[in-house]
Amino acid sequence: MPKELWKGNEAIAEAAVRAGLQAYFGYPITPQTEILEYLSRRMPELGRAFVQAESELGAINMVYGAACTGARVMSTSSSPGVSLMMEGLSYIAGTEVPAVLVNVMRGGPGLGNIAPAQSDYNQAVHGGGHGDYPRIVLAPSSVQEAIDLMGLSFDLAEKYRMICMVILDGSIGQMMEPAEMPEMKPITERKFDWNTDGAINRERRILSSIYIDPPAEEVANFRLAKRWQEVQANEVRYKEYFLDDAEFVIVGFGTAGRVALSAVRAARAEGIKVGLLRPITVSPYPYEVIDQLAGRVSAFLVTEMNMGQMFDDVRLAVRGRVPVEFYGRTGGVVPFPDEILAEIHRIAAGQWSVDRDPRDSWQTRMASVIER
Amino acid sequence: MVAPNNLVYDRPEGFTDTPTHYCPGCTHGVAHRLIAEVLEEMNIIPRTIGVAPVGCSVFAYNYFDTDFVEAPHGRAPAMATGIKRVLPDRIVFTYQGDGDLASIGMGEIVHAAARGENITVVFINNANYGMTGGQMAPTTLPGMKTTSSPNGRDVETQGYPIKMAEMLSTLDGVGYCVRRSLHDPKNIRLAKKAIRTAFETQARGLGFSMVELLSTCPTNWGMTPVNALKFVEEHMVPAFPLGDYKVAASVAQIKV
Repeated sequence: MPKELWKGNEAIAEAAVRAGLQAYFGYPITPQTEILEYLSRRMPELGRAFVQAESELGAINMVYGAACTGARVMSTSSSPGVSLMMEGLSYIAGTEVPAVLVNVMRGGPGLGNIAPAQSDYNQAVHGGGHGDYPRIVLAPSSVQEAIDLMGLSFDLAEKYRMICMVILDGSIGQMMEPAEMPEMKPITERKFDWNTDGAINRERRILSSIYIDPPAEEVANFRLAKRWQEVQANEVRYKEYFLDDAEFVIVGFGTAGRVALSAVRAARAEGIKVGLLRPITVSPYPYEVIDQLAGRVSAFLVTEMNMGQMFDDVRLAVRGRVPVEFYGRTGGVVPFPDEILAEIHRIAAGQWSVDRDPRDSWQTRMASVIER
Repeated sequence: MVAPNNLVYDRPEGFTDTPTHYCPGCTHGVAHRLIAEVLEEMNIIPRTIGVAPVGCSVFAYNYFDTDFVEAPHGRAPAMATGIKRVLPDRIVFTYQGDGDLASIGMGEIVHAAARGENITVVFINNANYGMTGGQMAPTTLPGMKTTSSPNGRDVETQGYPIKMAEMLSTLDGVGYCVRRSLHDPKNIRLAKKAIRTAFETQARGLGFSMVELLSTCPTNWGMTPVNALKFVEEHMVPAFPLGDYKVAASVAQIKV
């Protein structure tokens, strides 16, 4: 297919349609509303289900119901709306049904603002709903990658009977880029041995997240954890840039990773041996590749559009062997490549913060920006 | 064993053979049976998908011989919407209590009704939160003592009971919305007829249908089952009048 100019949100919507989306339930919230608007037109013209729900609570529970039938189903929202969906997400996880949820993240906490942010990383990757449950989280850094990951998200959700979230910041949702759409995938009749679509010529089925007997819940939690080990073994995805001879490594996902790439290229032009690791799956996290890098590079710099959330995962993989520095912008502010380049210069000059949490020294460095 | 030609009362096919967990004298069992009979009579057991609530009837899925899902508290109408929209030829019903439907799930039920979702809702109104031990519900009568209104519901500080059937009947998406009671055999027969009409409404695609059923909770009300039935007749029925609050013209044509 030829490249066309696509707005991120609309590209996500069309890519989901082409991946076989059968039902969409959503609620308006900036900066993801174009997904809802696009699908309000597109789904009915294909004879597929579309409902603008009364709330995000309603939307995620419609997703839950449709997911129980085995249909390919998705909702999309932005940070405050995703917070409202956490109840449903936990139930979907506990019931082991597949569903896709896109979070076009904005500045927070609270109502925050509608500018791009990555501050729902911990909610998506480590937390969110109640209970012990794993979930797959994909983080695209361009419109093209968002398109490519939509198809993957449905396949992974279905394969592992698990939630697959796609998290991107508002700038990817709002910007237009040339991108190539995949072919339209026909909706095939898929047979499952778990879905509740009416007990016609088979035994009846129950889908529930209730295990009133604690040992049975424990067994269920171990089953989820075992499935998660499979995901960790098979589904880690990341992209490497200039890592072969790198002395320093930047780690950043989504837009922060993309901004960092510009800084890395500029630093390379100056002869600084710096590379970039951009996780595409932030859950499962590419711990192993960072573990290996930690054995041969002299420092890491984590850059995010939050107060340092993925930072903890990098530190977990590095295990104190080399310094891990942090540089972020938060509250809806996107860093410029020059800011990252300045950090690369600082680290290349050996000025790292060894005696305290690197996020504390980052806050000190930010004083001139914050205390305006 | 009873000879088949002498058998006058048996477990309906819509039921599994699991004994229910409900307290003695509770009318959940009656309501369940009426639904199971209707499913059997309409010959729709295999294509029916039920949605259980959170509350005493959280385990409803154990008793009906159909596919079933179990919703988060109050969200059954949203789940039912999701199921029905992708499988419009299936029969989808929710079974919800008053805390589930009229309190935490108020948003979901109102909007499912407003959208005219082709689903059937069986709403059990027993004026308290049964499963958590008898707290005040949106339907608790003024002056009624519960574990969270120990001096009786004071409408000055705790508000008034919500009349769901009346409220939902104002919405244009609703095809059939009535209130019945389970306190004596005559009313139980009328309740069954209403449940049948509600499922027929859905089967014909005539919009949202709900049957509110006044029910007992002998355990939490602290009454014998017989006194609980009397309480429904003497106190619940006057507060929640029985009747047909919305019967769309197309639904009125249905003969059951």
